[in-house]
Amino acid sequence: MTAAPEIGSARLRSEDARLITGRTNWTDNIQLPGLLHAAFLRSPVAHARITAIDVSEARERPGVIAVFTGADLADEQGSLPCAWPVTEDMVLPDHPPIAVSEVRYVGEPVAVVVARDRYAAADALEAIDVDYESLPAVLDMESAVREGADLVHADKGTNKSYEWVFEAGDIDAAFRDAPVVIERRYVQQRLIPTAMEPRAVVCSAVGDEYTLWSATQIPHILRLMLATVTGIPEHRLRVVAPDVGGGFGSKLQVYGEEVACLLLTKRLGRPIKWTESRSEGNATVHHGRDQIQRLSLAADSDGRIRGLKVDLLADMGAYLMLVTPGIPLLGAFMFNGIYKMDAYHFKCAGIFTTKTPTDAYRGAGRPEATYAIERLMDELAGELSLDPLEVRRRNWIKHEEFPYETIAGLTYDSGNYEAATDKARQLFHYDELRAEQADRRDRGDPVQLGIGVSTFTEMCGLAPSRVLGSLSYGAGGWEHASVRVLPSGKVEVVTGSSAHGQGHETAWAQITADRLGVPFEDVRVLHGDTAVSPKGMDTYGSRSLAVGGVALYNACDKVIDKARRMAAHLLEADEKDIDFEGGAFSVRGVPDQSRTLQEVSLAAFAAHDLPEGFEPSLDSDATHDPDNFSFPHGTHLCAAEVDTETGYVKIRSYVAVDDVGKVVNPLIVEGQVHGGLAQGIAQALYEEAVYDADGNLTTTTMADYLLPAASDLPTFTTDRTETPATTNPLGVKGVGEAGTIASTPAVVNAIVDALRPYGVDDVPMPCTPERVWRALRGGGPEHSTRPGAGGGLGSATEDSRSEA
Amino acid sequence: MIPGSFDYVRPSSLDEAVSALRDAGDEGKVIAGGQSLLPLLRLRLAFPEVLIDVASVPELHGVRDEGSSLLVGAMTTHYDVLRDPLIREHAPLVAAATSTVADPAVRHRGTFGGSLAHADPAGDLPAVVLAMDGVFVTSSREIPAAEFFADYLTSTLEPDEVLVGVRLPKAFAGWGFHYEKFHRTAQAWAIVGVACLVDRSGGEVAGARIGLTNMGSTPVRASAVEAAVRGGAADREAFRAAAASAAEGTSPPSDLHGSSDYRRHLATVLTARALSAAAGV
Ligand SMILES: Cc1cc2nc3c(=O)[nH]c(=O)nc-3n(C[C@H](O)[C@H](O)[C@H](O)COP(=O)(O)OP(=O)(O)OC[C@H]3O[C@@H](n4cnc5c(N)ncnc54)[C@H](O)[C@@H]3O)c2cc1C
Repeated sequence: MTAAPEIGSARLRSEDARLITGRTNWTDNIQLPGLLHAAFLRSPVAHARITAIDVSEARERPGVIAVFTGADLADEQGSLPCAWPVTEDMVLPDHPPIAVSEVRYVGEPVAVVVARDRYAAADALEAIDVDYESLPAVLDMESAVREGADLVHADKGTNKSYEWVFEAGDIDAAFRDAPVVIERRYVQQRLIPTAMEPRAVVCSAVGDEYTLWSATQIPHILRLMLATVTGIPEHRLRVVAPDVGGGFGSKLQVYGEEVACLLLTKRLGRPIKWTESRSEGNATVHHGRDQIQRLSLAADSDGRIRGLKVDLLADMGAYLMLVTPGIPLLGAFMFNGIYKMDAYHFKCAGIFTTKTPTDAYRGAGRPEATYAIERLMDELAGELSLDPLEVRRRNWIKHEEFPYETIAGLTYDSGNYEAATDKARQLFHYDELRAEQADRRDRGDPVQLGIGVSTFTEMCGLAPSRVLGSLSYGAGGWEHASVRVLPSGKVEVVTGSSAHGQGHETAWAQITADRLGVPFEDVRVLHGDTAVSPKGMDTYGSRSLAVGGVALYNACDKVIDKARRMAAHLLEADEKDIDFEGGAFSVRGVPDQSRTLQEVSLAAFAAHDLPEGFEPSLDSDATHDPDNFSFPHGTHLCAAEVDTETGYVKIRSYVAVDDVGKVVNPLIVEGQVHGGLAQGIAQALYEEAVYDADGNLTTTTMADYLLPAASDLPTFTTDRTETPATTNPLGVKGVGEAGTIASTPAVVNAIVDALRPYGVDDVPMPCTPERVWRALRGGGPEHSTRPGAGGGLGSATEDSRSEA
Repeated sequence: MIPGSFDYVRPSSLDEAVSALRDAGDEGKVIAGGQSLLPLLRLRLAFPEVLIDVASVPELHGVRDEGSSLLVGAMTTHYDVLRDPLIREHAPLVAAATSTVADPAVRHRGTFGGSLAHADPAGDLPAVVLAMDGVFVTSSREIPAAEFFADYLTSTLEPDEVLVGVRLPKAFAGWGFHYEKFHRTAQAWAIVGVACLVDRSGGEVAGARIGLTNMGSTPVRASAVEAAVRGGAADREAFRAAAASAAEGTSPPSDLHGSSDYRRHLATVLTARALSAAAGV
């Protein structure tokens, strides 16, 4: 008999020991006989025509096996795919994996060296001579859309890739005579997803069978895309995502380096490895965010929202990658947040610039939307001198109103914003902090206190295939699982989700143990290899549990159904009279006559005596395609101390009450929330990809691209309310992105709240001390773009000291 | 992040180290903890042909009590500095600043001498040694701190000169001390730092030493502030007034962590705070 229920148990993650010690299958750990090493020469300029490349000297370097330019591979390398044509007339430029005639961002590959070791490959890069004819850099979105602007893709005649519009309700009526209209322009700075494990690829061929290992989130999608791009038939290509050390969206991509390694393996007949360096990664993993948001909110004088207008410029970077154009549109349905309103207008233009392409980054579109609406709610409260929680209460969907169809056309199945807010308010000691704030204001304390609110929701569990189809997305959103009960009664679970740090091996084993009544230790979870897990849509968009976990739940049910038939046969009873509990089948009313799942499995395997038409073994397959997204929500409260003399911001306390529905493993949920908070806070305070006036990325090292460490973050107070999702049998919603989505506006709202008495209503992100200090002084010049790294690393791009 | 190729030698005496440097001419480089040099190599900003590892040179190790001063061996790691009883007793400002350097991993490898020889104005220790009027003891001579830092990442060490250690006077025994580091994250370099010593032996301020981190191409002394507080009251108002001239004569850099204007402003605020903290008011 099983002990405590597995679902809901705070188990330590069983995969962690090997992941943390690194004694595991990281792609870069893979060694193959005769392995060669690739290194990419990358464009040092933002925009130029390649007029000549001389690789002859590099070819002669010791240890070098081959050197290829984009022109050498032009016939085979195809164009990197974009799977989300968001409009019929979307401008979709060619994107050769290795540039052929023109480079459009610093870091774009222009040649590749293959050598016996990494050192020889890196040395040989220095011997390649490229002539560039300079073209104008295109860096600023607002100027890029003006008449006569310099073009990123001259042949396209425009820097605008697409314009996408969504309208609901009568927006003109909502704004006509509105007593309150709030207009703001917010900038979502460009971010660089920073996974602990850099990208890495290993590729080998045996005969015409190819295997590609990659630090990817999407082995299944990658296989299809690589087959399409390179012409290697899909059934001859196996893609493996071994252990993968984080992705945050950056490994939801088909990268030029993956295509190139495959083609080089094909040409040279030797296995090839490439692992990026951190600085190389900063310039070349796809970036995230980067939007200019023009927002108008109309409200009544009691704070009730009438309508919302959103006008976005979204930076695509130089090319459209896998889902680049769709990212801002994932936000289109979220700008209204948890609030009711009469009308909504959304417009987004995707703009090309000569910067690294953008694509999904944790939250993908939803953090940008949530930031906008949650900042606006605080502005509305400020305008009407209402408490920011009160203004939200007057607008949010009440718990008895679910399911609720929002102005953006989504149906929120469940939620309880009142409960989460009440809990957060208590844990935060909201009233005491407001009193302290008032006191500091009265005293003119140089350190002011601000309180930031974020009552967020998000749509995740991507996604109903039918909805994805209606948005012109190139694939479905289902997930697959299979369960194999082995003859010994041990269980193998195969999932199409592709864990890269989320703890699937633990959570999936918990679900299986719970459903099948077998010990947790008896379950092994297999994933991330197209030969092992043949079907799947991979991991992103907080979809693994809400879609893949439900597929597993269904697959377990199928096993039980099949086993029940076998058990009935063994027990010589009618199937209808068989109970299954605690891992054993028994005849109702005759509990002493029972067969364990293990016994049933062995009998089904031996197949000596099977029911009529019964196929040997207890395996099952299931897919799940959700009917709806899931909608986690929560109330986050942040107290920040702002030093008005220096601009320094210290987060004093942070309370996150999240409602992610039912919880399979509270420890994993807690971990996801902590990590998410760190990333969202980092957008508010630390992270920004900076380009100088020539289009050089200047935040190439971690000394300039600042990430917070544990010591920079407060001790989080986390709690939950639990309103089960009504759209899946597990009642789960997903938690992977919630913390990131919620926390950025909570922090910035706190900073602005602290400074409101000084007439400040915005500080651009990241709210660096200098920006806060300048906001207090009514503005001033923007930050310098020069790298400032100590240790002399700043000279990586140019002499940071020459302009004192 | 793959460095170019280089030779590696590991001399076991100071003489051997100097002759190895001499043999290498302009192409040799001393390596101590490697925490500043290796990143430059890996980013291919430097291509020395030979690295001379001084880890096994006995003369560079240990902290010695020389009576009126301490001699801190160049190879003393940041970690050892933090635990050294002589430094704690006679040069607590050094320990205070060292505790803000990077993270535990870097502090275990990075050395006191390497930090100073690197002559990075954003490093925390140069301003401290400057404020204390330390003396740099090399394989061939002694260089006062005021003459050691020549320019950005440039000291007055000759290419064939090895830094043996730094002599720190015990003269500041009993002075209040504080290192005020302003940075965006705990592991980031200082945007501005203020190393401060205050002598309050007679109730008033009998003397003060102030070194500024990252306020120019070398560490600088805030001499105007030192003069302004001398003989004055040890209170916050007085310190604030005196610190208003902290940025005088400096030319701080502008980079993405802060503009030169902002650094000038910070220098005044932080110097006032450092003085107050050092004076215990
Ligand atoms: C992530 C990171 C963060 C850091 N943060 C900080 C910080 O916040 N504050 C700070 O002050 N420092 C910081 N540092 C730098 C750290 O303090 C280094 O240890 C120090 O700068 C150099 O010491 P080292 O022993 O590693 O020297 P190395 O890197 O070995 O050498 C540095 C330079 O000094 C020369 N040199 C070294 N020893 C001698 C000698 N005995 N004689 C002659 N020349 C010599 C070398 O030739 C080289 O030019 C950081 C470093 C890293 C990697």
